Amino acid sequence: MSLTAETPTTTSQDHVEGTSLPDLLYSDVEEDLRSSVRALVTARSPWSDVLARTEAEERVDVDLWARLGRDLGVLGLPVAEDRGGAGASWREVAVVAEELGRAVAAVPFLGSAVMATAVLDRIGATDLLEGLAEGAVTAALLIPFGQLAGNTWRSTCTRDGDTVSGTVRSVADARVADVLLVPTQDGALVQVAVDQEQVTRTPVVSLDETRPLVDIVLDRAAAELVAADASSAVEHATVVGAAVLASEQLGVAEWCLQATVGYLQDRRQFGRTLASYQALRHRCADLWVQVTQARAVARYAAACAAEDSPDLPVAASLAQALCSDVAVHAAEECLQLHGGIGFTWENPVHLYLKRATSSALALGSPHAHRSKLGRLVNLPAPLPEELP
Amino acid sequence: MTAPAPPQTPAEARRLVTAFLADHDPRGGDDLEFLRARFDAGLARVSWPHGLGGLGASSALDGPVDDAFAAAGAPDNRPHSNIIGLGMAAPTLLAFGTPDQQHRWLRPLWTHEDVWCQLFSEPGAGSDLAAVATSAVRDGDDWVVNGQKVWTSLAHESRWALLVARTDPKAPKHRGLTYFVCDMDAPGVDVRPLRQITGETEFNEVFLDDVRVPDDQRIGEVGAGWRVTQGTLMNERVAIGGATPPREGGPIGTLAQHWREHPEDRTAGLHDEVLRLWVDAEALRLTSARLTQQLLAGQPGPEGSGAKLAYASLAQRTSAAELGVLGGEALRYDDWTARRPVVGDLAERTPGFRFLRAKANSIEGGTSEVLRNIIAERVLGLPGEPRADRDTPWEDLPR
Repeated sequence: MSLTAETPTTTSQDHVEGTSLPDLLYSDVEEDLRSSVRALVTARSPWSDVLARTEAEERVDVDLWARLGRDLGVLGLPVAEDRGGAGASWREVAVVAEELGRAVAAVPFLGSAVMATAVLDRIGATDLLEGLAEGAVTAALLIPFGQLAGNTWRSTCTRDGDTVSGTVRSVADARVADVLLVPTQDGALVQVAVDQEQVTRTPVVSLDETRPLVDIVLDRAAAELVAADASSAVEHATVVGAAVLASEQLGVAEWCLQATVGYLQDRRQFGRTLASYQALRHRCADLWVQVTQARAVARYAAACAAEDSPDLPVAASLAQALCSDVAVHAAEECLQLHGGIGFTWENPVHLYLKRATSSALALGSPHAHRSKLGRLVNLPAPLPEELP
Repeated sequence: MTAPAPPQTPAEARRLVTAFLADHDPRGGDDLEFLRARFDAGLARVSWPHGLGGLGASSALDGPVDDAFAAAGAPDNRPHSNIIGLGMAAPTLLAFGTPDQQHRWLRPLWTHEDVWCQLFSEPGAGSDLAAVATSAVRDGDDWVVNGQKVWTSLAHESRWALLVARTDPKAPKHRGLTYFVCDMDAPGVDVRPLRQITGETEFNEVFLDDVRVPDDQRIGEVGAGWRVTQGTLMNERVAIGGATPPREGGPIGTLAQHWREHPEDRTAGLHDEVLRLWVDAEALRLTSARLTQQLLAGQPGPEGSGAKLAYASLAQRTSAAELGVLGGEALRYDDWTARRPVVGDLAERTPGFRFLRAKANSIEGGTSEVLRNIIAERVLGLPGEPRADRDTPWEDLPR
């Protein structure tokens, strides 16, 4: 399929008139994109395959990853056409993330097509960007996955001439990366090819094996400078990552709600379907309300990223604070309402619980994002207590 | 005469307002005449039909038209003091009334000459509204009504009431009801204030003692009252389609402002609660904005039923947090006297008032429990509760 930058047909200016808010709906182009991605992951990445892969030699679904780039062309959506991308925006990227979340697909989309792409696009590193957008190259931004998005972190990797050294623990989406994008202590960004002896990637037994982590040691690895001052680009890329991750969490929550509603209609106890019990129906209703809210804040975060809005840091932390809790709660309710079967390895619910939980901690926990919001919107912490 | 084509966009609707204002001075002095002229021009609510205050346009254009009149300094019809009339009576009359009934009641309703109330709930029929016991017995051209209604806002100011009464006690409960419009000035109507936990008397009890209602004030067929009532209740939901309030536009704004101005009241435990409330308030604001956008795009979604549920919980948690932040100051209350409420004074009252009033948010207009049933059954497609009262004659049900 091809995507163009033309304005979606259902989002004329009238829709948002009278408010200062961006369009929070899905355009026709976005719905078409959703259908394509869903058709691909339904056919190529059923949950039984996802489950089997969590114990396979190759944890990443490299075949699906290749098809997303080669067949659907969705790895360079936010990149301008003259930089080798599709000329769409982060809104469309978020729709892809939603569908990949719904399928707990084991592909390095967040790391390569979101954060690495965002940092390279910000810097204007067009050569590398083109490879990422085509799917010819997979890259990972070398940050600990649990690191709070934004400017709160400083790399410990050091540059020495044309080499870089350092250790970074718990990096996501680097397992099949060809190139590591390494922020350094002096605020630069260098690129490091992984096929050299000076780069060691050690797989980590991860809480979520559908997004397996690695520890990375760089020991005087050959490095090429991407930008000497990349601090704000790296910061921006992590915030965009947080914004898009919210849509992935939305997809996880939507699957959990749907699976729960379906199971309650099938399962019978005491001669009735579980769905006929009000106590259980009410829990589904509450979950549905939360999912509608997650959708609104995730769309807002994606729109703010697309417009490079000054409200993006607030929108991203808001979306992470809310969608993290909603996705985890949805997975917990899904497990509880499935009863014993939901606790078994052979049922898909645990894949979603693990993805929801690890995503909540990724790029900052909901608690960390609320604290950050307190700083962003001027709701400060209490003053230190004075002794009498 | 062929009716003109309805406006399609906010810009087209605003042009009609501009043309109307060229002929009618919004500051001319006679507010009622201005409002009547606006109704007759089809600009009262452009979504209503031609000849009945509207132009048959999309309901998405009602807000922009109101905004355009407000921007010109035109008098409004004080919509907040006729909420039942505008929000429930008018849509019911439009959907189920005869042309005579529509022409009789809609214009003075919209211009605020007539305030309306709703005689639905009874002491024995709350969430189970179809169980109402108030009876209506045919006598010549009239019906004679006896019974007791409760939770009737605005009954003391109303000229007319929407009334649901039982006309056939031998039929199963949903099939023995008939829907009427009751004259609140008729003999036998006795309105008594009902005092609530805030001290105020916002609602009323209404006693109906041999009240005669002419048959031409019946809405819909005899025995079809439940269907009409369902139509009315569908309109009883959070007003949507209007302008989205700014960030911190609601009660969260009061709380956030106090937090900023009074560092001495901050505690670590309250800090996370205030931040959680801020997140939830902003999420609800964006969810409502998205719902409005869906309506404007002609894709109405079911999110409206969730908005009231979320609003009730947020209002209760926010007002409780406000007490916590104020600490000892919140021990003081402003006024327990049994007075009628002042519309829109919520922000001026003490936090204790907001805390107490918010308790009604999860009860009035459908309890949160009933709303969860509605979401589960109508949105998620889950089955309803097994029930024994569907096919039993009403008079045989245990009460």
